[in-house]
Amino acid sequence: MNPQGLGNGERGSVDRRQFLQIAGVAGAGLVVGIHFDEAQAATAPADFAPSAYLQITPDGTIRLFADHVELGQGVMTSLPMIIAEELDADWSKVKVERLQDNPSAWPRGIFTVGSGSVLGSWTPLRRAGADARMRLVAAAASRWNVPAAECSTENSVVKHAASKRQATYGELATDAATQPANANPTFKDPSTYRIVGTRRARVDIPSKVNGSAQFGMDVRLPDMLVATVLRPPTFVSPIVSVDSAAALATPGVVDVVQLPRGVAVVAKDTWSAIKGRRALKVVWNDATSAGYSSDSIRKAFAGVFAQNSSQSVTNKGDAAGVIGAATAPISAEYELPYAAHAPMEPLNCTVHVRADGADIWAPTQAPSQTQQIAASTLKVPVSAIKVHVMMAGGGFGRRANADVVTEALMLGAALMQRGKSVPVKLMWTREDDMTGGYYRPFSLHRLAGVLDNDGWPSAWSHRVVSQHALGPGDSVAGASNLPYAIPNVYVDVGTGAATVPVFAWRAVGHSGNGFVKESFIDELAAAGKKDPLEYRRHLLAASARSLGVLDLAAEKANWGKALPAGSGRGIAVHNNVGSYCAQVAEVTVRNNEIRVDRIVCAVDCGTVVNPDTVAAQLEGAIIFALTCAMKNEITIADGRVEQDNFNTYPMLRMSETPKVEVHLVKSTAAPSGVGELGVPTTAPAVGNAIFAATGKRLRKLPFRLV
Amino acid sequence: MAAFTLTVNGKPETVDVSPDTPLLWVLRDTLGLTGTKYGCGIGQCAACAVHVDGEPTRSCRITIESVAKKNVTTIEGLSPGRMNKLQEAWIAEEVPQCGYCQSGQIMAAAALLAKTPRPTDADIDAAMNSHICRCGTYSRIRSAIQRAAGTTRVEAER
Repeated sequence: MNPQGLGNGERGSVDRRQFLQIAGVAGAGLVVGIHFDEAQAATAPADFAPSAYLQITPDGTIRLFADHVELGQGVMTSLPMIIAEELDADWSKVKVERLQDNPSAWPRGIFTVGSGSVLGSWTPLRRAGADARMRLVAAAASRWNVPAAECSTENSVVKHAASKRQATYGELATDAATQPANANPTFKDPSTYRIVGTRRARVDIPSKVNGSAQFGMDVRLPDMLVATVLRPPTFVSPIVSVDSAAALATPGVVDVVQLPRGVAVVAKDTWSAIKGRRALKVVWNDATSAGYSSDSIRKAFAGVFAQNSSQSVTNKGDAAGVIGAATAPISAEYELPYAAHAPMEPLNCTVHVRADGADIWAPTQAPSQTQQIAASTLKVPVSAIKVHVMMAGGGFGRRANADVVTEALMLGAALMQRGKSVPVKLMWTREDDMTGGYYRPFSLHRLAGVLDNDGWPSAWSHRVVSQHALGPGDSVAGASNLPYAIPNVYVDVGTGAATVPVFAWRAVGHSGNGFVKESFIDELAAAGKKDPLEYRRHLLAASARSLGVLDLAAEKANWGKALPAGSGRGIAVHNNVGSYCAQVAEVTVRNNEIRVDRIVCAVDCGTVVNPDTVAAQLEGAIIFALTCAMKNEITIADGRVEQDNFNTYPMLRMSETPKVEVHLVKSTAAPSGVGELGVPTTAPAVGNAIFAATGKRLRKLPFRLV
Repeated sequence: MAAFTLTVNGKPETVDVSPDTPLLWVLRDTLGLTGTKYGCGIGQCAACAVHVDGEPTRSCRITIESVAKKNVTTIEGLSPGRMNKLQEAWIAEEVPQCGYCQSGQIMAAAALLAKTPRPTDADIDAAMNSHICRCGTYSRIRSAIQRAAGTTRVEAER
């Protein structure tokens, strides 16, 4: 266990009896359960304990126990801000701590995914904070024998102005525990907020500035071994033979272990593990992979359109009929390549497997799932698994997948069977990470539209063939619920099969569908000879929140103001994770080189808890999406991924980064998602700007003019 | 395996490792200084940046043999016990998101400011372009460098 620096914490195991013991222990102060999913809590088994809780200790410390993971998106700060607000707490006293897992807790632990942390915590945390505040006031009122209504709270103090008395939350905590809980506590009026909506310094930042933050890669334990795994380069090729002699002869290497999917080289330190693996000779049976390529995948996916196997998800009016009858329908095919997550910290997991259980150190987006998978993989009770959640050097969805942990556990179990029950860090090299699959899926899109005599769309058809990161529903996310007021709309989705593993990538289905729909609506606007902003405004007249972000972005970007020859502006608007976002991109094209000069972004995400965090997430998502739009793609040749490091899968650099401005629409609606919000509108805003600058329509990422 | 002596953060260290071991792994595994990060191993991302005799250097690309007897400074040694002006600027601008690339970024920025106390945008691009940030914090890195250099009026709030 690394003592220094800030990790995400550890999860052990607590059952209902132990939870009540925590709450009842002398000196525990006030403990309030938090239910993140009311509907599930209502159907909880009889012996349930809440899956998160708030504790106010007699020294005034306020501890929030919850399962959310800090990935740099600021949840370790935003969640305490919500509690501190309703509690009227001294902000400096509120801390997030890792939850002690409770296998009988209902609901189960949280996945930190889907931009859902603040959105999902807003009401449960406020309810707990407000309940706790009311109980502290009740305790003071009882102690002073005054009406609770005459008491006020501020900064972790209860005051009774009339008698000039006050008491701190710490002093009142134990008594507050005896006050009845409030099932429907009174929430604060947002106009009185002192913390929510203000900029608060992120608590995880100092450790990331002095090198003390502990990431999964940084785990160091006594007797720990380090392993790397040689996996099938084509994802599917079985092993024919393994010659481990040279690997085992490499100084520092202690073992070579065959796993279900690959061969592990285990050593005393990282460099020995890397050198040992270079010396490993594995023959794969890749007979089926010759000729399997991005081209063959594209052909196979294209073939699905004609197969009559696609599932219709939207069928408003008679788009097929209108398009079929039109003299000049507009049609286009769009394509998105595989995209890698490429977090700066390559994948890794450290495990110590013992006969009676295991410890796991992982930078995971799903600690509770990790614990449950470990229990079922090792066939031990969940209470025998302890998960230490490390800081994650980027997630973007990849670290919610269980494959990394499962593989490490199999290695740990194999080593234990060989008499080596020690911690082992299974690290992925950058090459392993980049060629390791679980990408954003390859997808093809066929669009068709018809304009009426006034240039407005009368029919829209969007057919998707995708490999499905999370299922066909996600593959049409953002496409099936097309918000434009078009009378005839048809959307269907077909399944393209490929041996390349896929998984959720930031914004998931919205990332591809945002690009496609916001580009095609732009094509229709051009065909109808109308301004792209005005086209969208007309067709989104019923969506006030879409108009709100469109207008704000356009205003701040000076939409309509002349640009020099060779430059152009593009606009895009989309909604995902409950929020709305519009972007205006300015590009300059010279000698077929595209330079993105500026991006102006407007966001409506409801109530903003920490404004700087929201701005940072939008800035970051835009750079993330721009990298994918301009710089790189994962391609397949003979079954193998052709890119294995940043030389062949380049990232956007500082000198290529445009100025990004983020503007927030003021709102008192409940907070909605932010982490993935900036992705869907970046590529289309840039593509539309390229069209404005050059007249060339690019329908494939990454953008290339030659 | 052979013995090599070098100075790390002002302290003499003797390590017994294979001569071809990259400095990165000597720092992280042998000496336990995990603030310097592994991002790519081929010098493309600069998450591994340290100072060797004051010069910003990608520690994944040099062997222990080649830095024997030299002075190495890592993020832990940049300003032991307290944040320096650059680190304070980094905190004030809320630069890091996941934080994994930030040690390397700060080491490069520190070396830049030591040579060029009032860098232009072009100076900053040249010094920082070898560093990848997947979370997209580039503009805040630039602001933090300018803040530490005193070359831009600081925004009161974002």
